[in-house]
Amino acid sequence: MSGYGSAGGGGPYGMAAEFDSVEKIMDAAEAARDAGYRVMDAYTPFPVHGLSEAIGFRDTKVPWTVFLCGISGTFLGYSMEWYTSVIDYPLNVGGKPLNALPAFIPVAYESTILLASFGAFFGMLIYNRLPQPYHPIFNTPHFDRASQDRFFICIEVKDPKYDRSATRTFLEGQGALNVWEVEE
Amino acid sequence: MALKTPPINEVLITGSQSYGSIDESIGRLVLNQKLHKKAWYIMFTIGFLGTLLLGTAITWLLYQGTGIWGNNIPVAWSFDIVNFVWWIGIGHAGTLISAILLLMRQQWRNSINRFSEAMTIFAVMCAGLYPILHTGRPWVAIYWLFPFFNILGVWPQFRSPLMWDVFAVSTYFTVSLLFWFMGLIPDFANLRDRATNKIAKVIFGFVALGWRNSNQHWHRYEQAYLLLAGISTPLVLSVHSIVSFDFAVSVVPGWDVSIFPPYFVAGAVFAGFAMVLTFAIPVRRLYKLEHLITDRHIDWMAKITLATGLIVAYGYVLEAFFAFYSANTSEYALFRHIRWAGPYSWAYWMLIFCNCVAPQLFWWPWARRNPWTVMIVCQFVSLGMWLERFVIIPMSLMNNYLPSSNRPYYPTFWDIGMYAGTIGFFTMMMFLFIRFLPVINIFEIKDLLHKIAKAGNPAVEPVKASVLAGGGE
Repeated sequence: MSGYGSAGGGGPYGMAAEFDSVEKIMDAAEAARDAGYRVMDAYTPFPVHGLSEAIGFRDTKVPWTVFLCGISGTFLGYSMEWYTSVIDYPLNVGGKPLNALPAFIPVAYESTILLASFGAFFGMLIYNRLPQPYHPIFNTPHFDRASQDRFFICIEVKDPKYDRSATRTFLEGQGALNVWEVEE
Repeated sequence: MALKTPPINEVLITGSQSYGSIDESIGRLVLNQKLHKKAWYIMFTIGFLGTLLLGTAITWLLYQGTGIWGNNIPVAWSFDIVNFVWWIGIGHAGTLISAILLLMRQQWRNSINRFSEAMTIFAVMCAGLYPILHTGRPWVAIYWLFPFFNILGVWPQFRSPLMWDVFAVSTYFTVSLLFWFMGLIPDFANLRDRATNKIAKVIFGFVALGWRNSNQHWHRYEQAYLLLAGISTPLVLSVHSIVSFDFAVSVVPGWDVSIFPPYFVAGAVFAGFAMVLTFAIPVRRLYKLEHLITDRHIDWMAKITLATGLIVAYGYVLEAFFAFYSANTSEYALFRHIRWAGPYSWAYWMLIFCNCVAPQLFWWPWARRNPWTVMIVCQFVSLGMWLERFVIIPMSLMNNYLPSSNRPYYPTFWDIGMYAGTIGFFTMMMFLFIRFLPVINIFEIKDLLHKIAKAGNPAVEPVKASVLAGGGE
């Protein structure tokens, strides 16, 4: 069974194949990579381990962002404490040092964690370009089941090896339930 | 990842489940509003009335001042700080389950992490009221607590544990909220796709942020989730340690105890698991979620409760030992005349019973697997942990270096009323959560279901064939 994606208004976006198990999509992803397809994405109801490698997707921007935000959190937190307690409003409490390193640790530690968590959450959203209410893939029929129990793989027309009939034949050969053409 | 996932030897999901049945079991609580019958309305009403009481108590407090409470000199901190520490402690189980059990690859956390995280957020909301309101004039206290540029020429005292608390608790709340919301995004997408009601579809579509289950997104999502878990672990350990520093860095006899940081953290986990069980057991029965929150889960949570209870009991023994070994006559007098014998010693002995004796029932497997015994023991634990903070805070303050400074403490109607109000608010928020948000993490359960199917372990109940090989349903 195959057909056209529902009207999106623009030209073709890609070709999507619908599978119903993790194993099938893993095999399809590896086969697609072996066949030379590069510009593609998979859509699964839950994260599938190994799928990124199978598709050939690598990304370490989030971990680096978290690390850098964490470091800046330590620096900003401690600087704030240092400036306020040593320069701007020094208070001699029982002869204790103005730059009280052990006492300053908890606040600096918490600022590290706070900024690192902002890095993780907002970094993840920003790199994923979310919120993004519209994306052509939503035009694929049955796509609402991508969050339920169906696994999709979509090869985009931008891929140099994309060919309407060859790609369709390839995807159908992977044991897909359906293959759809998706409009922009 | 360097660590290998341990094999799934236990039955973590019972019955013959498929992805669709998981969607249905969890989603129907939100998408089929008719499921919420009398029990929900009764609990919500109780919670709502409690919230009204809380609102009244806060308004009266802001109008009249902290004199409406039983606080006096020397007992300057009593119910306000006791309840603050109690609520923060309860929040810790959520982060432990979400973050620490995730890092330890304990798959069984997948069915309890969502509502325990929600519990953390609501508990920290209740807790956060107290440090702000107990200052007496919160509108002035803002410049003592938050470092913002002002024309007064002063800055907060960063060397004080009270300031550390400000940063710790606000960070804890923010990070828990982010972690919880992040976990919800894919589930919002699921509900958006399954909802038939127009309003539900629009609202869930809005909060799902356009999530399309793309593998690229999942890749970054998993990275962020794991990192947040890694960050939350030292966070949760530090937050209750910092709260314990409110007492441990002072010189008050009974407060100046170096075991407090680990003892408070263990106590927080102890109280938190008791609260998680208090909600998990009736809710799973009411909404027929026993196939996801199984007897195994209850069993293991009871074991964690027992383990942390033993750590807390060890802390009590050490406190008494320090009183004797330190040769600090005031600390010894505290034990001799306030805790072991005296007008409030009933609180201390009830504490020992609730925290040290009652949880020992969990050594026996039948006790861990019987929901009634677990519920009853958990109520004892919640009470015991409240009493622990009561024994530590007002009862230690009653005992001064100079006996002439001693004064007894009696709670007033508003002390108790505000506390009851926070319990009501917490209950109301939990039941709203149960009705309008997915109580269990849908995508993580599906992930677990797939792992169970793949493990093909004969000890584990078979899942529907469609999960593994696909059947073209």
